Amino acid sequence: MSAHDHADGHLPHEPEKATLEGRNKVLGFWLFLGAETVLFGTLFSAFLALRHNTGDGPTSQELFELPMVFAATMILLFSSLMSVFAVQAMHKNKVKPMLGWLLVTILLGLGFLGLEVYEFLNYIDEGHKMPTSAFSSSFYTLVGFHGAHVAFGILWIGLLILQVLKKGLTVVTAPKIYVSAIYWHFIDVVWVFIFTVVYLMGKVG
Amino acid sequence: MAAHAHKVKRYRGLMDWLTTVDHKKIGILYLMAGGLFFLVGGLEAVMIRIQLIKPMNDFVGADTFNELITMHGTTMIFLAAMPLLFALMNAVIPLQIGARDVAFPFLNSLGFWTFFFGGVLLNISWFAGNVPDAGWTSYVPLAGPTYNSGHGVDYYVLGLQIAGIGTLLGGINFMATIINMRAPGMSFMRMPMFTWTIFITSALIVFAFPVLTVGLVALMFDRLFQANFFETANGGSSVLWEHVFWVFGHPEVYILILPAFGIISEVVSTFARKRLFGYSSMVFATVLIAFLGFMVWAHHMFTTGLGPVANGLFSIATMLIAVPTGVKIFNWLFTLWGGSICFTAASLFAIGFIPTFVMGGVTGVMLAVAPADYQYHDSYFVVAHFHYVIVGGLVFGIFSGLHYWWPKMFGRMLNEGLGKLTFWTFFIGFHLTFFVQHFLGLLGMPRRVWTYLPNQDFDTMNLVSTIGAFLMGVGTICFLINVVVTSAKARNAKADAWEDGRSLEWTIPSPPPEYNFKQLPLVRGYDAWWKEKMEGKSAMTPAEPPGPIHMPSPSILPFIMSVGLFIAGFGFMYDKLYLAIGGIAVTLICMFFRSVFDDHGFHIEEDEQEKGVHA
Amino acid sequence: MKRLIPLLAGMAFLLSACGRDDLSTLKPQGPVAEEQFNLMKLSISIMTLVVVVVFAICIYVLIRFRRRKGDNTIPKQVEGNHKLEIIWTVIPLILLLILGVPTINTVFGLSKDYSKDKDALQVKVTAHQYWWEFEYPEYGIVTAQELVVPTGKKVSFELASADVKHSFWIPSIGGKMDTNTGVTNRMYLEFPKEGIFRGKCAELCGPSHSLMDFKAKAVDQASFDRWVAAMKSPAVVPEDAKIKEAFESKCLSCHAVGETNSGASAPNLTGVGSRETIGGILYNDEKPIEDNLKEWITDPQSVKPGATMPSAKDVGLTDEELDGISKYLANYKIDY
Repeated sequence: MSAHDHADGHLPHEPEKATLEGRNKVLGFWLFLGAETVLFGTLFSAFLALRHNTGDGPTSQELFELPMVFAATMILLFSSLMSVFAVQAMHKNKVKPMLGWLLVTILLGLGFLGLEVYEFLNYIDEGHKMPTSAFSSSFYTLVGFHGAHVAFGILWIGLLILQVLKKGLTVVTAPKIYVSAIYWHFIDVVWVFIFTVVYLMGKVG
Repeated sequence: MAAHAHKVKRYRGLMDWLTTVDHKKIGILYLMAGGLFFLVGGLEAVMIRIQLIKPMNDFVGADTFNELITMHGTTMIFLAAMPLLFALMNAVIPLQIGARDVAFPFLNSLGFWTFFFGGVLLNISWFAGNVPDAGWTSYVPLAGPTYNSGHGVDYYVLGLQIAGIGTLLGGINFMATIINMRAPGMSFMRMPMFTWTIFITSALIVFAFPVLTVGLVALMFDRLFQANFFETANGGSSVLWEHVFWVFGHPEVYILILPAFGIISEVVSTFARKRLFGYSSMVFATVLIAFLGFMVWAHHMFTTGLGPVANGLFSIATMLIAVPTGVKIFNWLFTLWGGSICFTAASLFAIGFIPTFVMGGVTGVMLAVAPADYQYHDSYFVVAHFHYVIVGGLVFGIFSGLHYWWPKMFGRMLNEGLGKLTFWTFFIGFHLTFFVQHFLGLLGMPRRVWTYLPNQDFDTMNLVSTIGAFLMGVGTICFLINVVVTSAKARNAKADAWEDGRSLEWTIPSPPPEYNFKQLPLVRGYDAWWKEKMEGKSAMTPAEPPGPIHMPSPSILPFIMSVGLFIAGFGFMYDKLYLAIGGIAVTLICMFFRSVFDDHGFHIEEDEQEKGVHA
Repeated sequence: MKRLIPLLAGMAFLLSACGRDDLSTLKPQGPVAEEQFNLMKLSISIMTLVVVVVFAICIYVLIRFRRRKGDNTIPKQVEGNHKLEIIWTVIPLILLLILGVPTINTVFGLSKDYSKDKDALQVKVTAHQYWWEFEYPEYGIVTAQELVVPTGKKVSFELASADVKHSFWIPSIGGKMDTNTGVTNRMYLEFPKEGIFRGKCAELCGPSHSLMDFKAKAVDQASFDRWVAAMKSPAVVPEDAKIKEAFESKCLSCHAVGETNSGASAPNLTGVGSRETIGGILYNDEKPIEDNLKEWITDPQSVKPGATMPSAKDVGLTDEELDGISKYLANYKIDY
């Protein structure tokens, strides 16, 4: 079955799985997320192994401010919810609402990223830099990797919005929207772990 | 149909190879690049052995020697063995499962080019005069910024990082391919054994390589941005690197050996004209080995000082792997039992594999005995052990697979006489080289030694070992001659080149047309093609009517993306921020183009399908 | 089983046939190496059995079932055989059980901690690129390259590294243990026989990894006590004032003798004249010790590439000073 059979506007119910290419993309992306899980798992392990080795630098108790991180967490959780609405709209073939939800998704993502940059700048002021200690190195690497994933997601979903505006919702664009939403949820789940393992446990000690 | 009117530029010559997304051509690219790196790594091995031919030799200096062993190990594992496996995977898997291509042809090409440029980056270190010299395991602090301030290890880190992207993409691609693209009727338990092992190997790649990625990132941050992951003076942990490396490194061993198991299964059953004995237990054993493979990494660290509980647990877990491996060995032997065994170069390598691998396997169990390993660890005994499994296992497997599938890949049969000569020189040379090394280790010779003092009873055995290494070199040259001689012969291999083929790749012409299967076949059982032959049929039953075949378009983007990463690698290494950002930008822009401009591909109409196909 | 015994005996003979007494793991000279050797013998015997079975089946199959010329029959296609498959799953499991139980026993046995044991000798080993430092905290002694221990006592080692990772290995006395950075490891060894045993570094640590040898000298308790006393007595310094001057300003800036320079970054040279080797690899029974010392001091790089010791030229030693210092060190012996 080729990608062109549905080009005439009759979108099937689940357009992301209508073609073999689409099904491959969704499956391949899940596998990719499997690899990403291992990647973050390793970063978490390194962080857990090193988090008490603060040397002369500030400790996590001195550093973290939970209210702001909690706000960032809520923003990202809501952002994830928005992408759920976007996929629901896509399944109902409502293109404009879908684009609207996606736009809110990345705006919230930008808000999260802004908070994170602000947080990092604060830390640097307090003398918590990459070379400060083993704790700081593993902290910036773990949280920074997540932040880079958010940034990539924002660029990617932004690009998809432009594509859908230009080409409409087709069996080619639908799988892209769908996997980008899975990606966004994944990033959100990783953040929940970061919030728990890095910040909450860091505050407790 | 209007939709079929896409015109796609078809390239010729060099551009065809740079832009191809055809898995068969990518397979050949992997074969050429992997083969080239195999020769480089082999040359390094010969130089190592020349240095060790006699005590206190000074053929190469101590620094150079450490560079040689590091590059030999890294090259052979990442740039020779894995690509050669990817060559066979690409050449065979889609054919074996009755597919027209892999799930992601574009990513397939990207995977090759990132591997290739990663490998080139690593080897440029020889010309830059900064060669990695901390061993292929790059243990810190020796590989860290304090004790390794040159750029040598940077080449290791960035080269492997870039090549690793390619490997990960390949793993995802082949998993998705095998799950989604099987021909009608080919259930999981009807898949050929080679497909099964590649499926499991791909899963191992997907779950093991990201660990290496993180390890390399941490080492790179330590070296380039003064991070402290492994800097013990600032709270880092050097043992952490060992854990990270081996959590990746041990599954890596099975990533390498499982495909060899698959090749041996195919070759043994073809040349014994017998169904693979105990197919379902073979599948189960493969899965079990892969699963256990993730549980045993710390057996590389018995002497690190993890304590008796960890050492005991990892000892037992490691020993357990012997059970499914033993199942495989006996299944092969009983596939041969009662068969009608034909001795070709391919089957000789497969048959030579069995006892050789058993020897490597039993020394593996010996190494699993932690207290005894305190004596073996980092001695020549270990060198002997892992060369028995990697050369005696994997390289024999690759040679067997190459001789077996060569006609399918190139349409020409390799010369049998030269093939047998390759086998005997390589086989005898291999055992000469490595058998004595067990004893060198037991007599107290540590591994990775640049030289050794006289009067330690090491001299004779080292001489024997070096002679063996030369013989292996002769074997490799025989193979190269065979390739050259064969390429001058007529392209006349039959579809079922060995006449006893059992799986789907033997139902289509050698080499197959671009689209592989004119009509996708209907699979009615395990050994799909053999089953049809035994029922007197001369072709598979088609599962679809003939029609135009959709193909993906070639693209130069994967090549450019890899060049971008290659440039960025240098930017990171030499603190040239504009190069690093520029290189990454090139890659991202290519991704942008790939996303924005849809690949509609093209169709091969029915009347074009016979063009250029060799009957 | 009857056939197995000569086989095992043969294997044991083969294993013990080669190698130096002071170096080979196959000629254990102490209970730790002995225990490890026993496990090696057990595992080699089981594994030989496996190899023999596989080889026998393999050879039989290859001869019996090879394809004759013109034979075009199709052999019977067999799917498998549950009975056989169970056999070759269960038998290896039993064999592994036989191997696994003593493995676990020995793992725990060899990890016993004697660091608090009053009867055991405590030694702190610090590995350097490319030499070994041995500290005896109970006696306040530091020596290098030559570990001196009393026979009949357990020796409890605390192992660490000063730079990169090394591994401490005296093959004929017992298996190795890594010296890590940042953390210490413990192990114990026993030296029942008097003698000099060869030790090696077993972890890649730089260019001269292969030359990072040391000696372990086991002596009786009385000698050991004499050695301790001699090591603690005031340091002997060169008699000639000019040589003394040169030695103190150009050598003792890094090295130490006796009680001087307690925080030395280079090997302690007390009694260096009685050591078996210079630099761990220049044997004093092969060449006069004075020549070895001169060779080493003149250009350490040519003996051990990558060594951190500067050459005689770098520190500005005159020929006269070189001769004098070599002579002094060669004659700096302690009797024990």
